[in-house]
Amino acid sequence: MPSTNRKRSALVQLETPNLIPERDLGHTPVLEAQHLGIEFGGLKAVDDFNIAMGRTEISGLIGPNGAGKTTIFNLLTNVYRPTRGTVLLDGVDTAGKSVAEVNKMGIARTFQNIRLFNDMTVEQNVLVGFGNAMTTHLLTDMLRLPGHWKQEAEFHERALELLDIFDMRGFADTWAGNLPYGAQRRLEILRALATGPKVLLLDEPAAGMNPAETEELMENIQKIRDEFQIAILLIEHDMSLVMGVCEVVGVLDYGRIIAKGTPEEIQNDPKVIEAYLGKQEVN
Amino acid sequence: MDTQNADARPVISARASSASASGTRKTLPMPVRYAINAVLVLIFLVVGELMIDGGVITRYQSTVLEQVGIYIILAVSLNIATGYLGQLPLGHAGFMSVGGYGCAIFLTRMMPVLGLTARDFVTGSPVCVFLLIGGLLVGGVCAAICGIIIGIPALRLKGDYLAIITLAFSEIIRVVMLNIDAVVGFKLTGGAAGLTGIPGYTNFLNVFITVVVVCFLIHTMMKSRHGRAILAIRDNEIAAEASGVNTTYYKTLAFVVSAFFAGVAGGLYAGCIGVMQPAVFGFMKSIEILVMVVLGGMGSMLGSVISATFLTILPEALRAFSEYRMIVYAVVLILVMIFRPQGLLGSYDFSLSRIIERVMNRDFPWKKKQTVRAEEVSADA
Amino acid sequence: MTILTQVLNGLQLGSIYALVALGYTMVYGIILLLNFAHGDIIMVGAYVSWLVMAQLGLSPVIAIVLSIGACTLLGVLIDKVAYAPLRNAPRLSILITAIGVSYFLENGAQLVFGADAKVVPSFTDLSATGVGILTIVVTAVCTVVLTLLVQKSKIGKAMRAVSEDMGAARLMGINVNHTISFTFAVGSALAGVGAVLYTMAYTQATPTMGMMLGTKAFVAAVLGGIGSIPGAVVGGLLVGFAEVLVTAIGLSTWKDAVVFLLLIIVLIVKPTGIFGRSMSEKV
Repeated sequence: MPSTNRKRSALVQLETPNLIPERDLGHTPVLEAQHLGIEFGGLKAVDDFNIAMGRTEISGLIGPNGAGKTTIFNLLTNVYRPTRGTVLLDGVDTAGKSVAEVNKMGIARTFQNIRLFNDMTVEQNVLVGFGNAMTTHLLTDMLRLPGHWKQEAEFHERALELLDIFDMRGFADTWAGNLPYGAQRRLEILRALATGPKVLLLDEPAAGMNPAETEELMENIQKIRDEFQIAILLIEHDMSLVMGVCEVVGVLDYGRIIAKGTPEEIQNDPKVIEAYLGKQEVN
Repeated sequence: MDTQNADARPVISARASSASASGTRKTLPMPVRYAINAVLVLIFLVVGELMIDGGVITRYQSTVLEQVGIYIILAVSLNIATGYLGQLPLGHAGFMSVGGYGCAIFLTRMMPVLGLTARDFVTGSPVCVFLLIGGLLVGGVCAAICGIIIGIPALRLKGDYLAIITLAFSEIIRVVMLNIDAVVGFKLTGGAAGLTGIPGYTNFLNVFITVVVVCFLIHTMMKSRHGRAILAIRDNEIAAEASGVNTTYYKTLAFVVSAFFAGVAGGLYAGCIGVMQPAVFGFMKSIEILVMVVLGGMGSMLGSVISATFLTILPEALRAFSEYRMIVYAVVLILVMIFRPQGLLGSYDFSLSRIIERVMNRDFPWKKKQTVRAEEVSADA
Repeated sequence: MTILTQVLNGLQLGSIYALVALGYTMVYGIILLLNFAHGDIIMVGAYVSWLVMAQLGLSPVIAIVLSIGACTLLGVLIDKVAYAPLRNAPRLSILITAIGVSYFLENGAQLVFGADAKVVPSFTDLSATGVGILTIVVTAVCTVVLTLLVQKSKIGKAMRAVSEDMGAARLMGINVNHTISFTFAVGSALAGVGAVLYTMAYTQATPTMGMMLGTKAFVAAVLGGIGSIPGAVVGGLLVGFAEVLVTAIGLSTWKDAVVFLLLIIVLIVKPTGIFGRSMSEKV
């Protein structure tokens, strides 16, 4: 089976080392997917997907609608169980882990259609993410023992500091559902960061943003990587963002990676232009 | 329009700076907040006790007050599963009955062992106080165990299926209580005739204290990481899971805590009524409690407390119209769902200290207009 | 002989459950609502039979027609008054409304007719066996007609379309409200038939008769896989047989518990019921 899979994805030379940035070379990849595939009723939604991400790498996944990008996120976070293949996080297989456990292991994500806790405040949203780092026992909290106060104070402070990254401290007590659209997207990223990830998956973070906001987002993505020293994998349709911020770009079509390389390589790859960019120009 | 073309950032930083101004806003330190609430509770308690002792409140009226307290516990505990977790369990009466039977059987079996009589409970000897606390805990634990047994399979299911499986479980509990004596071969629950000879240990004082303790514990749980996880599941289960919330654990937790307190309420109920009959704890009892929660506002503890109080006192006050009571219940339930689905109070929760803080900061509702406008601006951006 | 009688009893009781379960299944299939009031519609049907025959002294034929007619009207009315305003409300709200309607009908009946049981005169001169066979035959006919209606007729196609995707059906020019009303009408008419068959066999009407009958029929619908017509029939027969069996071995006091236990086991093993389709939320 693997051999046939390999043939089908002949466009990608698997033997070539993944394009891990120089600074990350020599470490184990933080996230590795090998021959990842899933079928829905016989349809191969994702087929032989391979990736190896450096610890502080920013990479992008592009591809037409329905190419299977979000499905890959769902596979990486164990929302779907893959039909084939393995996902290694820091060398540890995530098979059989629940979505929450995968998150605790270090993969955090945002959603294409924003999924915030709308009836909670902005700070509470972030605090849910910090739940991974909080340790008080239920009875400590219920009886309001000193441990509770200490922890709440500490994480209240940490939540506000996290909000500062996107200048959102002032929104701390606002209901998340009442935030303007752009701020909702930012909050989702912050909530994901609060869970203490090693890899951050962003599903169309620039969707619905104007050029100015996209530019700001681009800076923010780099800022997050620099400050938190984590890897970021993003799905995006906005080419300016992908080309501007990603060090490696993979192009997905019909569930398969058809090309992989630096933004420059991708932009000049005739297959990509034909399969993806070309199509978009016609549209 | 101008703000839209400009970078979104200035607007946000403007908000941030205005907020940093409100960051210096005066707040009450935690101990003061607790002191305020404690004083409030004490006043309530002392006034109540004085009125009962002074004969202002008759024996019958104080029994009604005890029932009010019991229904408050039932409503706030169901609110955990319904309002906070966002599920619809229809078997709360089942937990209540398990707790009631558990507590009553424990106490009636322990009394001869410790050489106590029903009178001792009325006079309130220290042994009885401890025994009663033990009994209520036994009732709560019995109900919580049922909660785990029910919760683990039930919580794998969503919405309607969960509703129906909890209904099924509570019906099974009822049938078991009815027929268990024939199986075990000795008198345990007393079957259809009911369990009698339960000492009248429930009084205004211990109901009131229990209500306060239960409300406090639920409040503190909800205002902690555990409570936030539960609320997160209600708001968006998929996002909660992706944020590291162990949804199975927290759903079960909410369910079990809800069952535990229902069991405690059942224990008080047994002492208040003096007889436990399985027929009382049918589907209709579960619905009655659900109505209280829904009417008060799902997710609002104060709402549950008010509507439980109101819906317990009202029928007693209108005994002459008791035939219409259920119909009125039904119509009110339908109308509330159509016209105010979030319940009378929504998810609003009353906090005296918050009001005091507002007064301290001169932050009155009629001064709110400016802030709203600022929000509109930022929403445009 | 006794075994044959028991089988007949099981089939008869199961048939009645199946008829009622069909109503649950249809309504659930189209608007995803557990119509808690469905059982109480049967109760109203039984009271109408009693009114017409015992109070007005009219013929059983008129009683049958009026019972079914009253149930049909009531079903549509309930939908229009209580459920229609909540079409876009959260599921929990509609479910609670349904409970409210059920509560209303039960207590209304108690207020009007009193809490004691009313004896419904016999409809026919048939023996108990004859009534049993009639019940089975009528149920079979109803099921076949319903299946044809849903599969072949125009309105049946509309019903299926609405249950697949209400929004898309509306865009395709289907009158959604009409279709939902029609579904309620058919489901309630079946409940009316069930009411007549039930009172033929058990000759009693009480305000709370609908609750247990409805709950069991609902269990049947869930057992079979809610939304599925054959599922409702199979589930109904299963529940009927289970009850008769438990009674036959002398444990009649436990029969309710057994039925509910059966439901719990099926739901744990196959959460969507025997014939149910699985539905999952898109991430």
